[in-house]
Amino acid sequence: MNGEPNPGQSEIALSIRRILAVFLRHVYVLRRSWPRILDMAYWPTVQMVLWGFITQFFMGHSSWVAQAAGVLISAVLLWDILFRANLGVSLTFLEEMWSRNFGQLFVSPLRPIEMVMGMTLLSFVRTLIGVLPAALLALPLFDVWVFSLGLPLAAFFANLLVFGWSIGLLVSAAVLRLGLGAENLAWVAIFAVAPISGIYYPIDTLPPWLQPVAWALPSSYVFEGMRAVLFDGDFRWDLFYKAVALNALHFAAAVGFFLYMFRVARQRGLLLQQGE
Amino acid sequence: MGPAPLISQQTFMQQVSGQPIIEVRSLSKTFKDVTAVDGIEFSIGRGSVTALLGGNGAGKTTTLSILLGLLLPTSGTVQVLGEDMIRHRHRVLARMNFSSPYVDLPRRLTVMENLIVYGRLYGIPDVRARIGELAEDLDIGGLLRRPTGDLSSGQRTRVALAKALLNRPELLLLDEPTASLDPDTGDWIRTYLETHRDRWGMTILLASHNMAEVERLCDNVLMMKTGKIIDRGAPEALIARYGRQTMEEVFLDIARDRVSLENPDQPSAAQ
Repeated sequence: MNGEPNPGQSEIALSIRRILAVFLRHVYVLRRSWPRILDMAYWPTVQMVLWGFITQFFMGHSSWVAQAAGVLISAVLLWDILFRANLGVSLTFLEEMWSRNFGQLFVSPLRPIEMVMGMTLLSFVRTLIGVLPAALLALPLFDVWVFSLGLPLAAFFANLLVFGWSIGLLVSAAVLRLGLGAENLAWVAIFAVAPISGIYYPIDTLPPWLQPVAWALPSSYVFEGMRAVLFDGDFRWDLFYKAVALNALHFAAAVGFFLYMFRVARQRGLLLQQGE
Repeated sequence: MGPAPLISQQTFMQQVSGQPIIEVRSLSKTFKDVTAVDGIEFSIGRGSVTALLGGNGAGKTTTLSILLGLLLPTSGTVQVLGEDMIRHRHRVLARMNFSSPYVDLPRRLTVMENLIVYGRLYGIPDVRARIGELAEDLDIGGLLRRPTGDLSSGQRTRVALAKALLNRPELLLLDEPTASLDPDTGDWIRTYLETHRDRWGMTILLASHNMAEVERLCDNVLMMKTGKIIDRGAPEALIARYGRQTMEEVFLDIARDRVSLENPDQPSAAQ
């Protein structure tokens, strides 16, 4: 009958439908808000322009940078993938809190894990919207074509995207538990990993006691891998495998933490108390 | 004269028509040192309309939240539509729904967008056709393209009701469905609920402070105070038992401690 839920449909099919519903809800917000889309692309572009000029300066003053002209611009673009992937998850989650929508969402058949998957799907799209214009503009402005990295770029992108999701989920779980007073974590938490990810310098630049911490992050392997491609023309599979393995661990832990905090929220009655 | 003794859960069960659609046993919820719900028991039969009444802080919203699976109880069991709501809530959430003026729909989305998103969450196959039916029924056709945040409270209530009826729920939970509405809109909503209940045999549990609404809509009433159910029965039976003219007077008797909970035959010292 028209309007009746279809009980014969498989659980998996329904699950995908709900994941896409979470995605669609945020696409509706994005598609009519050009300032939001502009904001997504704005900072990656500004960063790229800034580091483009810094690169031009160092080309004449630093033999290290001169060896690989695109190293700083590539680094800043890859960093923005990590940053945007994190925001893609955490801001999507915050949007639901700001609109006090949990009381509607979680009395529907939506499962928390489906919400996680919907948020990661949206994060993928938001990251592309944010980083692609900057990557394309780097060619006419600084003669840097980041896509010349080839297939390794896809490997770097995928690893940074998943690590960004992990951080975004940890932030979302913390905000769910602590309330909107902790929303600034969405912007600041990611910067805790920036200095130890070796974005602009090799990990061995760090003090020896800090290097094990850096090597526990998937992002460190990505940026080392990027330099290996740009300086030596060599894709380091060992670094790639380690990044994938660490990402699997980090992401599983982040999803587990988010689901645990969701349960805590159900115990403490936090789902109905969210909002400004 | 004080009211006759409280009727028992067993007697209440006999008054409930058909198979219970909700069964709550020894349900308690404690937040740190505050007991919000204290060992309540009740059953609700299919097709009935039941009101959960009580003053602020009586435990109504906590009870509704547990029934919806938004809140985990400290102890007790909750069966909804034959399923354990604490362990298997996802098996029944598609068959029930909820509306409250205190829980928003995303304000930036248009009414149509919100209804499409929730239609997909509830797995409605032809969601646009269903929205068309509800738009006609609830007279919200002219609102579909407007941002939800731009609507008046009466319009928002009708839209929230449309969302709550998208999946033709067997069980509808309502938290103060006509709060902050003008009398005309409130009456319109009550009429709509009556019609919908009669047409689809839907079971409704509502929390309300509007006693006229309760008298008009409800077959049964659960009176709550300080986390406990202190009386229950059909509105006319409660009115007769308390020797009053309206549910509002019954409510005030209970809210102002004019009835002794331990010995309801005797008026309390506060009377």
